[in-house]
Amino acid sequence: MATLELAIEEDVAATPARRVRRLGPLFWVAFGWMVVVFAVALLADVLPLPSPTDMDMLERRAPISAEHWLGTDGLGRDELARLVYGARISLVVGLCAPMIGLGVGGALGMLAGYFRGRFETWVVGSMDVLLAFPPLILALAVTAYLGQSILNLTLILGVLGIPAFMRVARAATLTLARREFVIAAQALGATHLRILLRELLPNVLLPLAAFFLLGVALTIVAEGALSFLGLGVPPPISSWGSMIGEGRESLEAAPRLAFIPAIAMFLTVLSFNLVGDTLRALTDPRQGAL
Amino acid sequence: MLGFVARRLTYLVPVLLAVSLLTFLIASLLPGDLAYVILGDQATPDKVEALRHDMGLDQPLLIRYVGWLGHILQGDFGRSFRTGQTVLQAVAERLPVSFELMILAELAGLLIGVPLAIVCAARSGGAFDRFVTSSAFGMLSVPTFLSAILLIYLFAVELRLLPATGYVPFAEDPLGNLRFMALPALTLGFAEWPGIMRVLRSDMIATLQEDFIALARAKGLKPSRILFVHALKPSSLTLVTVTGINIGRLMGGAVIVESIFALPGIGRLLVGAIYTRDLVILQGVVLLVATGFVIMNFIVDMLYAVLDPRIRHGHA
Repeated sequence: MATLELAIEEDVAATPARRVRRLGPLFWVAFGWMVVVFAVALLADVLPLPSPTDMDMLERRAPISAEHWLGTDGLGRDELARLVYGARISLVVGLCAPMIGLGVGGALGMLAGYFRGRFETWVVGSMDVLLAFPPLILALAVTAYLGQSILNLTLILGVLGIPAFMRVARAATLTLARREFVIAAQALGATHLRILLRELLPNVLLPLAAFFLLGVALTIVAEGALSFLGLGVPPPISSWGSMIGEGRESLEAAPRLAFIPAIAMFLTVLSFNLVGDTLRALTDPRQGAL
Repeated sequence: MLGFVARRLTYLVPVLLAVSLLTFLIASLLPGDLAYVILGDQATPDKVEALRHDMGLDQPLLIRYVGWLGHILQGDFGRSFRTGQTVLQAVAERLPVSFELMILAELAGLLIGVPLAIVCAARSGGAFDRFVTSSAFGMLSVPTFLSAILLIYLFAVELRLLPATGYVPFAEDPLGNLRFMALPALTLGFAEWPGIMRVLRSDMIATLQEDFIALARAKGLKPSRILFVHALKPSSLTLVTVTGINIGRLMGGAVIVESIFALPGIGRLLVGAIYTRDLVILQGVVLLVATGFVIMNFIVDMLYAVLDPRIRHGHA
């Protein structure tokens, strides 16, 4: 098994201090966009938007107007409303799925890194098995069997994230478990549970949280890809992926139908990547060593 | 080296067994009994029961798994109950298409990524380096299906240079085949180059600080010769691994790209099997793809050991 991690930190390591400072304004722009998307998704029901599923066959692919701010799609549904409700799906799946990875993978990784031995071998081995499946193909296969629903989609994308979180947690635990404060706690007679929760967890949580944001970005892309293929969220629920998929049919007549959700998705994924990468660079212990 | 190969091979067997078990379990434990799927609307409890018995679905799970695995080890992956084609036939028919796509995509990624990495590493920290590095970061946020749409819009809808969908076999019409392959390969290549660029660039920056590069400079060798001949090979270790790991991502990407561009490859076979609930094909293809992926990783490990002798002696 090639277990080398796809490290993204090299260029950060090359110029540590400057990079963080340079990302300053960009970081806040990205953070601002995330806040906007969150707010819009949360307030979707309160906002004065037309229904995202009401069809108006007389107003198909209507251009941008005062009534329809971003026009209407191929079935006469308001594009802006669909975009806003689509943000909801992307965020719900995008946030919930990595939570599964964070919880299960984080716990497994910490236990494996702390107790070592046979348990670690088993955990790493079973993660290798999960990694043997190309993620998207496994996701496709499982949704095919389980049926399409937001819950199933979240579950499978969450499970697929477990190995990565496990690796991050295990790597962090391995280095931390040898540190003085852990040895001191052991010498004082602290129980394993106490060491794991009080000494290790607060320190492992930081890199995990940064990785979580990258996981959100990856999950939004994966959800988009599945919905784009028509195998993600079931219609008529709008998701950015399914909107792009539907927009593809009318690339010639109304390219904006594909490009508006595409831009929204790109900006959101980029924001999560930027913020996650900046936080990861801040919390990466290796950076201090250089 | 032989000992190293043997050690890795013994690790391969349990992983492959577990992969097969997982594939089997996904297909067997989840709702949607094969008998119901085959019978469709005509499913009555009696008929379902009879068919389940014929197919051995009423046997205990473990026995079914062993039986299934036995067939697979003899090269019998089952037969689609919809088309009558065996899994192996279906895969063999479509494998060349996916293979060509992945090779062209990796080539496109390398053609864009490697030169950029070398130029960036040679002048690291410069304006061009910063521009390329941030573009690569941005590109990592562009999902394959987005770049596909963009490329279709540019080259097929606006410029009308290349076809958006369709396929001819290479043997029939090599030029036409490449025309159909251009956009799909470029789409995947777009997703590949940032990773290639980043990995090679950082390894190259490290290599360029080594003493033997200083010696080469002192000898008065041309910078291009130093970069391409002296620095490229020792810097390409991680690149080999990443290229190998990428195969898995490429397979996932190929599913999407093949669906978008209507290429008759493995990806479309899989998606088609999902749409028609052709569970035998689905199970077989997933198992074959996962096995291929595991073996690919094994080969990458071997290549890695060839490139860096420290690994096979356990020093790294």
